[in-house]
Amino acid sequence: MSDAAIGQPVLLDAAPTHLIISVKETRGRRGAAPARASRDLTDTIKLSQARRGDRGVIIQVGAHCHHQVEAVELERRLLELGFVEGARIELLHEGLFGRDPIAMKVDDMRVALRRHEAASLTIKLDVV
Amino acid sequence: MDMALKTARVALVGNPNSGKTALFNALTGAHQKVANYAGVTVERKEGLIRAASGRTLSVLDLPGTYSLRARSPDEEVTRDAVLGRLAGETPPDVVVCVADATNLRLVLRLILELKAVGRPMVLALNMYDIAQRQGLRIDLEQLRAELGVPIITTVATRKRGIDDLVAAIETQAEAAAQNENSWRSPDAAELRTAAREAERIMKVCVRPPERPDTLTGRIDSVLLHPVGGMIILMAILFVMFQAVFSWAAPLMDGIEGGIGWLGGLVAEVIPDGLLQSLIVDGIISGVGSVLVFLPQILILFLFIIALEDFGYMARAAFLMDKIMGGAGLHGRAFIPLLSSFACAIPGVMAARVIDSKRDRMTTILVAPLMTCSARIPVYTLIIAAFIPNETVWGFANLQGLVMFGLYAAGIVSALVVSLLIRKVFWRGAVEPFMMELPAYKTPDMRSVLFNLWLRAKIFLNRAGRIILPLVILLWVLATFPYPPENATMPDIDYSFAGMIGRALEPIFAPIGFNWQMVIALIPGMAAREVAVAALGTTYAIADAENATGLLASTLSAQWSLATALSFLAWYIFAPQCVATLGVVKRETNSWKWTWIMIVYMFGLAYLASFATYHVAVALGGG
Ligand SMILES: Nc1nc2c(ncn2[C@@H]2O[C@H](COP(=O)(O)OP(=O)(O)OP(=O)(O)O)[C@@H](O)[C@H]2O)c(=O)[nH]1
Ligand SMILES: [Mg+2]
Repeated sequence: MSDAAIGQPVLLDAAPTHLIISVKETRGRRGAAPARASRDLTDTIKLSQARRGDRGVIIQVGAHCHHQVEAVELERRLLELGFVEGARIELLHEGLFGRDPIAMKVDDMRVALRRHEAASLTIKLDVV
Repeated sequence: MDMALKTARVALVGNPNSGKTALFNALTGAHQKVANYAGVTVERKEGLIRAASGRTLSVLDLPGTYSLRARSPDEEVTRDAVLGRLAGETPPDVVVCVADATNLRLVLRLILELKAVGRPMVLALNMYDIAQRQGLRIDLEQLRAELGVPIITTVATRKRGIDDLVAAIETQAEAAAQNENSWRSPDAAELRTAAREAERIMKVCVRPPERPDTLTGRIDSVLLHPVGGMIILMAILFVMFQAVFSWAAPLMDGIEGGIGWLGGLVAEVIPDGLLQSLIVDGIISGVGSVLVFLPQILILFLFIIALEDFGYMARAAFLMDKIMGGAGLHGRAFIPLLSSFACAIPGVMAARVIDSKRDRMTTILVAPLMTCSARIPVYTLIIAAFIPNETVWGFANLQGLVMFGLYAAGIVSALVVSLLIRKVFWRGAVEPFMMELPAYKTPDMRSVLFNLWLRAKIFLNRAGRIILPLVILLWVLATFPYPPENATMPDIDYSFAGMIGRALEPIFAPIGFNWQMVIALIPGMAAREVAVAALGTTYAIADAENATGLLASTLSAQWSLATALSFLAWYIFAPQCVATLGVVKRETNSWKWTWIMIVYMFGLAYLASFATYHVAVALGGG
């Protein structure tokens, strides 16, 4: 079961944005690379950037959000559907167009989500 | 009155797809719809049972929800029932929380919320058969102690644990204290706290399964494969429409033969005259021409029911999501639209699962464009009369292919219209899409067959209650008044029906409809398949001397190909179903939207028929 402590949300507001951008670039080439080049840079990502096969633990729900008005509501919906800090995530399937939506295992439940909403979840990938 | 005999009101509450309706059916003997996806039940249903003690229990089946903090109309139904918010209603005496034993985490949080409501509670741990098969170990004593709620294990589909559940409900109704309702909408921090508490209870009481369900994962890796999954979805639809034609053919021939034989028999027994005409031309030709389609409709439902029970619907929604989103439809619109393949009425109602009002409106407005089963008789009749029964590309039946095309036309037009609605009436962000993907289940043969039988009953019922009276009325209109002495045209031309048809013909002439078609469209407003019955009656009367009894062959002799195609195009769009319009009025609670729908659908129907007719004539089909 989940070995990560179910703790307070880890706030990432201080994280510089270029960090996320570099994540994207690294991940683009990932298929060819045998392992992640710089793990310390890439192990914390938005769920919307995750790819098929990625596993990890949710460390933050509802920080970043496209739905300004609905931000609070979306966060509560996600929490009610089991997306809470500490839950284990494994990305199982991606859609055909733009790899969207995504289907994942959240603890022991299967859930589908659009990447748009997945952007409000931050996950820490397992150290491989 | 004796306390022990006071009726106890019981509400079934729980996460979507946990088996509430299956349990409701097991308790009350009802036949409400059960299927393997979230959001099947969207309204409250009440049933009465008599417990062994003689007490009456009034059981309420409710839509599934993850919390009482309702957002969509179906969740509001549940919230209002649990909190007793409806006018003249008190909260239920006992809340039965129905949980999927294999998926407890979310329902544990819901239970914590339900406890705040303060009603006596019972926890039904449903799907216990699956939990046992997986070797899932739940410490029931511990869970009971943690939650402070009696627990009954149940297998709703096998009616196991039902007596124990009723007994526990009764005990709770009598003994358990009712507390003040302290529920209020939780904020995010409270949700996190509750989720943590649920996680703690999980750790203490539930040991992970020894034989977890790996089958669902393996099936998904095929069915949700980005490319393969799409191909399989298309293949399933393709096979479905091919089957509607090829499997049904022998059965339809049998029914057709039976009806022809019956007509002949009646014509021999009853002397020539009005009565014979009423029975043979009116009732047998009219109702019979619709009854022929029973096998096709059952085959379609066989596919739909099997896919629903298997758990494929949520997968199809996943695969189609990007396309639907591109057309501006809400992610959860897929299941309402898919339900509309059976009938637009449950489809429009299923739109209740969509939380945003605008997205719900869009879905309701386009749902009737999906090809409902009542269109099958119309489509099949025309296809059988005008499309050769050939094999193309070595494997596909041409008639089935045209049918597939008509379904595709319905789907594509629904997508285009919803895109336009979004552009014209409202722009703005697309609502979130979040959906549970249920574990696959083997459909139970007995319940599939039973559901098919229910569908057959509904179809026959409609034939008796709607089609029969309308056909008799049409027969009267088409028979009287009698033609004058020196009539040169067929008798029917002088009847009321002939007059009405001729009066309206100019409106429909530009799209290639003759007056017989026009009078079929009028009773056809009641329901789409009525038009087939009406054509059957009209042509039987008009052509009483050399009627072959087979409507399709009469039509192929009387209509041009262009007219036939135009008629098909009309039926893709025209809102020829008062029941659907009634449900749209009820669900949108607005005459304005109902009228918008009527106008746009008739408008599209006319335009599409006009274009089809003229293109077909230009290509030599006139
Ligand atoms: N094996 C097994 N399957 C069950 C049991 N109870 C229900 N099911 C199946 O679970 C699925 C969901 O059942 P429903 O009764 O429709 O669930 P619901 O809670 O009413 O769902 P919503 O109305 O969508 O909230 C169906 O496929 C049922 O056949 C059970 O005890 N054992
Ligand atoms: Mg239900």
